[in-house]
Amino acid sequence: MNKSKTINIRIAGLGGMGILKSSQILAEVLFQAGYDVKKAEVHGMSQRGGSVASDIRFGRNILSPMIPDGEIDFLLVLAPEEIESHRAALRPGGVLIDARIFDTIALPNRKSLNIAMLGALSRHLDIPVASWHQVIQAVFPEKHQALNVNAFDAGRNLPK
Amino acid sequence: MDLEYVMATRQLLSGNEAVALGALHAGCARGTGYPGTPSTEILEYYDTIGGPAEWAPNEKVAAEVALGVAFTGARAMVTMKHVGLNVAADVLFTAAYSGVQGALVFVVADDPGLASSQDEQDTRRYGIAAGVPIIEPGDSQESYDYARLAFTLSARWRIPVILRMTTRVSHTTGIVQPSDALETPANPHFVRDIPGRVMVPGHARLKHRELRAKLAEIQAWCETEGPNRILPGASPVGIVSSGVASQYAREACPEASLLKLGMTYPLPFKLILGFLKDKARRFVIEENDPFLVEQIRANGGDVPWNPEQYRMGELNVARVLRILAGAATPEPAPPRGKPPSLCAGCPHGHVFAVLKKLDCIVAGDIGCYTLAALPPLSAMDTQICMGASIGVGLGLRHVLPEAEARRVVSVIGDSTFMHSGLTGVAEMVCNPPPTGHVLIVLDNQITAMTGQQENPATGRKLDHTPTTRIWIEKVVAAMGVPTVLVLDPVRQAAELEAAVVQALQSNDLTVIVARQPCLLAARQIRAYEQK
Repeated sequence: MNKSKTINIRIAGLGGMGILKSSQILAEVLFQAGYDVKKAEVHGMSQRGGSVASDIRFGRNILSPMIPDGEIDFLLVLAPEEIESHRAALRPGGVLIDARIFDTIALPNRKSLNIAMLGALSRHLDIPVASWHQVIQAVFPEKHQALNVNAFDAGRNLPK
Repeated sequence: MDLEYVMATRQLLSGNEAVALGALHAGCARGTGYPGTPSTEILEYYDTIGGPAEWAPNEKVAAEVALGVAFTGARAMVTMKHVGLNVAADVLFTAAYSGVQGALVFVVADDPGLASSQDEQDTRRYGIAAGVPIIEPGDSQESYDYARLAFTLSARWRIPVILRMTTRVSHTTGIVQPSDALETPANPHFVRDIPGRVMVPGHARLKHRELRAKLAEIQAWCETEGPNRILPGASPVGIVSSGVASQYAREACPEASLLKLGMTYPLPFKLILGFLKDKARRFVIEENDPFLVEQIRANGGDVPWNPEQYRMGELNVARVLRILAGAATPEPAPPRGKPPSLCAGCPHGHVFAVLKKLDCIVAGDIGCYTLAALPPLSAMDTQICMGASIGVGLGLRHVLPEAEARRVVSVIGDSTFMHSGLTGVAEMVCNPPPTGHVLIVLDNQITAMTGQQENPATGRKLDHTPTTRIWIEKVVAAMGVPTVLVLDPVRQAAELEAAVVQALQSNDLTVIVARQPCLLAARQIRAYEQK
C-alpha cells in the first residue's frame, strides 16, 4: 500500500454487534503497521440498540476523523438493513463487505461475526496475518481468543 | 525524547483517555466528576491508569471537592458534560475570584449535533462569563498536550482553567506521544488565606480586580507564547479556527492559510488581526456558536458571519466546504439510522406500560428511561434537565384542573435522583399541591445511560469497591413523605399498577421505588456484590 494515500474504512451495524470492538482491533493493527490512524465513533445514547458506525482512516497524515461522503474505500456492514444509509458514502469503485457473505459459512460463534468481517477486509489490506492475530489475542480475554482468531481466519479464507 | 521512550509510550488513545493521561503526567492529585456523555471515560480511564478518581453525586459537588483539593497546593481535575457545567457554574464563577493554590482544571465536553444530550450549548461562553481561560484541543495528541498545558497555566496564574472537549474529540481515537517530562504531585499543606478564600463582598471586590489583572496577563502570554499555530497556504484565503473544526478546515481547503487557535479565551487579538491583514478572503470555522466571530468583530477584525444554520449540528469537511462557498441553502438531511430504544425486557418499560395504560401525564427526567418518550411507548411528556421531573410535575399539579392534575406523575432514575432529586422532594414535602403527588424512582441500581457508572444509591465507588449505600426509600421517608413503597416492576407489575392507581386517587404524597437492576448491568452488579 502507498503510505501517503489516505484509506477510509467504515464499519456499520447496530448496537451490541461489536462494531466498536472490531474498529478498535483494526485501528490498532494499522497503528502498529506504522500509519497515522484516526478512529471516530460516538458512544452513549446510540448504543441502546440503535445504528452504530465507526470510521477508520489511515495514511500519512489524517485530519478529519470522519470520512467525507463519497470517500469510503471499504464499507463493512454487519446488519443488512444498515446498508442503504451508508451506500451513498462509498467511493466509486469502493468495496462493500456485506455480512451476508457469512450466511452459508459455519462460524465458530455468530457473536464473532464482527471479527470474521475483519478477516474478509484483511484480504484487501497489505498487513501480515500475524499482526491481526496478535492484536486479536491482545484485546480478548484468553477464553475467547481461539474463537475469534478462528472467526478471523474464516473471513480471510472465504472463497473469492 | 529518546527513541526507546517513544517506542514504549506512543499509543492509540481516545481524546478522553489522552486527557486522563495528561492529567496523570501533570501530577493531578484527584479527579472528580459526574458521568455524562461524551465526558464519562475520562475518569474511568484515569482510575485504570492509577489516578485517584471519584464519581460525586453531581457536578457542583464534584467541582467543590476539586476546589478543596486545589486549595491545598495540589492539582485537581473535575470532569463533566456541557450541561453539567450549568450545575457547577456556581462554583466556577466564584472560584475564578478566589483562585487556587495548586491547579484546578474543569474538563467540559460539549456535544455539537446532540449525539446524546438535551441541548447544544457552547461552553466557551462560560470563559467570558466567569473570566476563566478556555483551551480547545482538536485531536488526541492535543488532548494530552493541552491537558498538560491547562494544569501549567492554572498553577502559574492560580486560576481555574476550562479544557473544552467536544464529542468528536472525546470519542475519536488517534496517536498520542506522551511527553517524557513528568510532573510529581505537590505535597498538600494548608496555608490560611482568609481574604483570598472567604468571598464576602469586602474580599471579593479586591479579588475581582485581581482576576481581571490575571486575565490581562494571560492574554499577553497568549499573544506570543499561546498554543496557536499558523499553517501557511498558497492561496489568499485566511481561515481562523479552533478545535476539531480546524482539522475539517485544513482537509477542506489545504491551500488556505490557517490560524489554529488552541486558546479561545482570552483571545490573542493582535495575532488574529495580524494574520487577517493581508488575506483577501477571510473565514472563521468554528463549531456551535459564533463565539470567535463575535469576539474578533468586536475587536476590529473584518470577518463575516457564517449563515445561521452552521451554528447547529456538528461540522464536517462537506459543511466547511459549504461555508467557504457561502452556501446558505438547505442542507441534505443526514441518512437516518435506527433510533435508540429501551432494551427488550428493560424493567423501565414495565413501569411506562402502566403509566401509559393509566393515561398519566408524565414529568420525566434524564436517563435511559427518556427513551420511553419515543414511539411506540410515547409515555413521557416533559424532559428538561437533571431533577426537573419533580419540580415540573409539582408545577403542573398546582394549576391544572383537578381531573388533569390527578394524572400527573414524576419519574426519575436512581442516579438522577441522587444528583438533583433531593431538593425536589424537599419542595414536594413543604409545598404539596392540593391533589398531592406521585413520584416514581426508577432504581435500576446503576447509572445506565452513560455506560453503567456507580452512584451514591448503588453502594459502590467509581472503581466498584463497596461504600455506604444510600437507600432512596429511607431518605424520602425521613424527609416526610407519608407513603413510600418499594416494588419490583417486573415481578410485581400488578401491585405496581394498583399502587399507582391508589396514589393518583389520594391527596397525599407517594413515592414508589421501582427496583430491578438494569438488564445490561445485572450480571456485573452481582459480581461486584459477591466480591
